[in-house]
Order: sequence, then C-alpha cells, then structure tokens
Amino acid sequence: MTDTAAVRPARLALVGNPNSGKTALFNALTGSRQKVANYAGVTVERKEGVLTLPGGRGAHVLDLPGTYSLRARSPDEVVTRDAVLGRLSGEQAPDVLICVADATNLRLVLRLVLELKQVGRPFVLALNMFDIAQRQGLRIDLERLSAEIGAPIVTTVATRKRGLEELVAKADALSVSHAGEHENVWREPTAAEIRAAHREAQRIVKACVRPPERPDTVTGKVDAVLLHPVAGLAILGLLLFVMFQAVFTWAEPLMGLIEAGFAALSAGVAAVLPHGLFQSLITDGLIAGVGSVLVFLPQIVILFFFILVLEDSGYMTRAAFLMDKIMGGAGLHGRAFIPLLSSFACAIPGIMSTRVIDNKHDRLTTILVAPLMTCSARIPVYTLIIAAFIPHTKVWGLSLPGLVMFGLYASGIVSALLVSFVIRKIFWRGTVEPFMMELPTYRWPEPRNVLMNLWTRARIFIERAGRIILPLMVLVWALSTFPYPPEGATGPAIDYSFAGRIGHFIAPLMQPIGFNWQMTVALIPGFAAREVAVAALGTVYAVGGDNEAGTNLGVLLSHQWSLATALSFLAWYVFAPQCAATLGVVKRETNGWLWPAVMFLYMTSLAYLASFVTYHVAVAMGAG
Amino acid sequence: MSDALSLAPEIAAIPAARGGEGPLSRARKGQRGVIVRVGGETGRSESIDPEELERRLLEMGFVEGAVFEVLHEGLFGRDPIAVRIDDMRVALRRREAAAVTVQFEEA
Repeated sequence: MTDTAAVRPARLALVGNPNSGKTALFNALTGSRQKVANYAGVTVERKEGVLTLPGGRGAHVLDLPGTYSLRARSPDEVVTRDAVLGRLSGEQAPDVLICVADATNLRLVLRLVLELKQVGRPFVLALNMFDIAQRQGLRIDLERLSAEIGAPIVTTVATRKRGLEELVAKADALSVSHAGEHENVWREPTAAEIRAAHREAQRIVKACVRPPERPDTVTGKVDAVLLHPVAGLAILGLLLFVMFQAVFTWAEPLMGLIEAGFAALSAGVAAVLPHGLFQSLITDGLIAGVGSVLVFLPQIVILFFFILVLEDSGYMTRAAFLMDKIMGGAGLHGRAFIPLLSSFACAIPGIMSTRVIDNKHDRLTTILVAPLMTCSARIPVYTLIIAAFIPHTKVWGLSLPGLVMFGLYASGIVSALLVSFVIRKIFWRGTVEPFMMELPTYRWPEPRNVLMNLWTRARIFIERAGRIILPLMVLVWALSTFPYPPEGATGPAIDYSFAGRIGHFIAPLMQPIGFNWQMTVALIPGFAAREVAVAALGTVYAVGGDNEAGTNLGVLLSHQWSLATALSFLAWYVFAPQCAATLGVVKRETNGWLWPAVMFLYMTSLAYLASFVTYHVAVAMGAG
Repeated sequence: MSDALSLAPEIAAIPAARGGEGPLSRARKGQRGVIVRVGGETGRSESIDPEELERRLLEMGFVEGAVFEVLHEGLFGRDPIAVRIDDMRVALRRREAAAVTVQFEEA
C-alpha cells in the first residue's frame, strides 16, 4: 500500500438513469456529511459527500445528475459527461464510477454501462432496489452479467442500507487495483451505434435476466385513474388545492413565530446597542431584512415537502404529462410546471428549480415568467388595499374582496402564460424541444430520504437567499437612511433620504398612473421585498410603527387615495419586479446581468401599462 | 393550441380496421404493435433536427423490434401519449411520435 493513490482520499462518482434511486443511495452512503454547491462556471448543482472506506481511508462521493446517455443534452447532463470523462474544469477525474441501476429496469441502463465501458474508468454496477426485483420474482444471473459487462456487481437496497458495505469495499478495491482501466475511447455515438448498443443490451438481458414471475401491476392500475384525461386532471387540481391550503394554513403559526422571534431579536439588540446609526443598520437593515425573507421558510419547506413526496413517488412526471398540452399551448415545457408552482410561495425557489428543464430557451422563458405568479409577499400588500377600498358586498353570492383577490391571482397566471407565448412566438421561433420522459414505477416515498432532501433544500434556500439578500438589504437600508433630515425638519425622515429623493424625482413619471409622491417614495424601500412597501407606506404617512399600523394605515389610505389610485396600485403589484432578491437569483442562475435586466424592463413596462389602463378606466367610470 | 386542431383530422383518419403500418403519432389508446422504423422527418417545421430526434428516440428505448402499447392519451387533442415500450413506460408528444413507424397488431 505504498501507492500514493491509497493515501489520498478516493474519488467516487455516482452515475445512473433518472429514477434509479441514485440520490437515495447517495444519501445512504454519505448520511449528513454532504455539501451542496455549484460547479465552477455553471449553475448545475454539485452534490458531494464523504465516507470512510474499510481501511480507514476517506472517500469523496459525487452525486452526478441522472442521464440515459453520455451524449449530453442539458447543462446537467453535460456535467455528468464531463465529470465522467475527467474534463470538467476545476474537477479531478473520479477514480471509480459507481453506476446505479434500477434492478427491475435493466435494459436502458445497460446501454449506459456499455458507454461507460468505453470511457475506461474502473466501475462497479450497483443493482439498486433489489428487494423489489426479488419480490417480483425477477432472476438475474449476477455472475454472467458481471462477466458480460466486465465489472463487479453489487446488489443494494439504498432505502434499507443493504449492500452498502460490499459496494464501498468493491469500489475501494477498484481504486487500488485499477482493474478495467484503459484509454478513453468514448465519442458521441451515432444513431447506428445506439442501435447496435441496444441489440447488445438486449442480448445481455436475454442471457442474464429471467422475466419477473409477478410483474408490477399496481402502476398500471394507478395510472388508469391518475392519467385518465378527465379524472386525472381533476385529481391534479384537487392535489394542488390541498397543497395550497397546506402552504398557507399550516405555515401561518410558524411564520407568526418567526416574525415574533425577529421582532424580539430586534428589540433585544436595540436595547443593548446605543441608539444611532449602527443600531439602525443592525435592526432596520440586517435583522428586519433577513427576517422578511426567512419568514417564508415555513411555506417553502411545506411546498418542497409536497414536491419531494410527489417526485419520489413517481407522480411528478404524471403531472408534467397532464399539464404538457396546457403549458405547451403557451410555449412552456411540461416540466416548467413545478418551478411555476413553487413560485406561488416565492419566486426564488421557483427559479432555482428551473434546473430540471433541459433546454436553455425553455428554462429562460420559465425563469422570466416565474415572478408573475402571485408570491406570498404580495399578500400583505393585496390584503391591505383590498381591506381599505373594496366594500364587503356580495356579487353573485360571492364576496367582492375574495373575488378581487382571485382576480389578482388569475391575472398573474394569465399574464405569465401570455408572456411566455409572446416570448416563444417572437424571440425563439425556432424548434420546439421534444417532450419525452420515462414514467417510472410508483413507489412509496422513503420518509428518511424525503427528510434529508428537504433539509438540503431548506439549507440551500437559507444560504443562497442570505448571501444574495443581505447586501441588497443593506443597500436599500442605506438609501432610505442617508442623508439625515436637516435640523428642525417636519416631514418623515425618509423624505430627505436618497430613497425619498429618487421617489420625488420619479413622481412626475408615476403621476399618469395615479400614484402620488408618497407612494413613489414607498416603492423604493419596497424593492427589498414586496411586503416592505406596507411598512414603508406607514413610514411615509408617519403612522406609528406598532401592530395597529396595518389597520390604521388602511383607514388613512382610504381617505388619502381615490379608488382608481388603489386599483392602479394593485395592478402595479401584479407585474412590477418589486423584489431585488429575485433579480439577484436570476443573475446567479443565468450567470450575468442581461436576463435580470430584461426581466426588470419587461415587468416594469407591463406594470406601468397595466396601472395606466386600470387608472384611466377607473377614472372614466367615476372612481377618480 | 393550433396543434390540437391540426391533429384532430389526422387522428380521425385512422382506419377502423386495425393492422398495417403507420406512424405512432396516429395510434389510439389501446393499440399495440411493433416498432419497425425510427427516424425520418416528422413533417413539422418546429421539430428538432431529424437526426437528433432519431438518437433521442433511440435513447428512450424506441428501437426497431420493440413492442409497444398506447396506454394513455392527454385530454386536449389526445396529446401527449403514454406508451409502453417493452417493459417501460414513456410519455411523448404526437409531434415526435410521428418519427416512429410502427406495425399495428391485428385486432
């Protein structure tokens, strides 16, 4: 064991088809010792964990994005290919590849195995979900299969942690012996070569696998209901309804706790620190800013819980199937469904989850329209204005305020579909990305696995959001604080700050849409997060900062604004990019300022247009 | 949604008597058969490059000789479709299914 390779940690990489239980295996192998980051220069998630080999040596395990082929099509698959080939910048080639296969569905993965063989890296095949294969009475001649593919085979059940020790031992042995290592002869296969590989895979399956005695029939029966053209859509609708109920009702007590916690923290810090600039930076800038974003954590966790359970069970691909035609009519890909759904809680996790979309144009379209979905930060603004201006009457037996709220949500959805339709028709007229995906066998989600993935998602949200949002919060705070009001000033302090000056400066621009200067000034700090505008209006109108401010503010506004102005303000909030954090995340996800700039311009234009029309129609109808 | 409209007559044109060769894009729910050819033009300008489409179809398991059965159809324009190929299920749009020629099984 004098080989230097035996001393430095081994590098292992997991590759496999989607739905092979690869991430479950990764979780089982590395437990909580995981790190999630991005690959250098691209926005593909890099998941790495560590484990200890039998001999005491450490090993780094990389969970590569799932793929059917090394012939990469999406940014995710490019990473997998380049990592396997050892030509990913900033990454070293793995010593051993662990190819993860669904033991009940070997045909396609064998084609991937044949490609891996050409790469010339030592690899071991993990036949995962082996318990299900056994239950179905599927017989696999492991010895023969191992000889055919020229690599060791280990049977595993990731969710029960079965076979892991043997898998690790085999990988360890390969990293020392380099068995099977040779020059890389892989190149992109032609159609004829894919056909030849299929025949070879078919021959191997015939020789080594005896078909199941009790094949899975549950999936077919469940699909008969869930993919039924009418019943399937109805069930999906019901499911979404339950999800929304959960997101908004379950999260409420927790959100209250977080808000109270940050308020208490702010008060505690204010009591300790001397009154002044530093105290204001900490309490009004940092604590209030971080609090205003973290308050959405409960909603995001609940939303991701549903998404992970639906994903692990195999339902998500069915949802994409059911929604494809509806989304496709608007020029969106079926897979855009999940990101847009997440955006109802907050556009940030929504935009982060567009990574599941292979095609670059499809992904950009989804990112651009995601903020049009009514995120929960708009709710405080909507409720304030609706409560102050919309009478509690009934229209066709439905409450008018409820109808207005529904209308605001619907405008968001309809405009998102229209905008993506326009983007597709005008900018990306070319080819339409095919919609093709495997519908996996239904499985019960493994609670431990769901919780681990949930924890990862929550951590990413906190870390990323924190890193992007903190500096922005400080910037917005500085704009609203400096310079100080002169001695003996009578107006609110914000009036004299940069934010106030910007507000006054653009006030004439906003006059045609019915905004007064107080509103324009409040919009500037409102860029920190949409709901901050409520507090900012309170500040501008010099209403007390206590909890009653909400109701007081509403009464005050109803005297100060006309109905036309209020409606115009609502229309503004449907479209305006009043969220610096979202723009920051778009910058991160698209690697540049171009797309956030495009988003800012188109959303601001739409907002102005919508407010202009709303205001003038309302004035014409006598609401001015 | 122009797709839905243009597809309708195509589907309606499927002969009632089963059997014979045709594109998978015209198959209806419950029809089975064998894939005889993968690749070629889909006849739709918005489709991706035929050679690339051929490789993607192959990679998803659409390969000559594989047996298929149409399991499900979407609500609007009966699109997309879910197809069982050998022992796996794949969803795809009729637009891409046009590049797969199949031999329908006699009823």
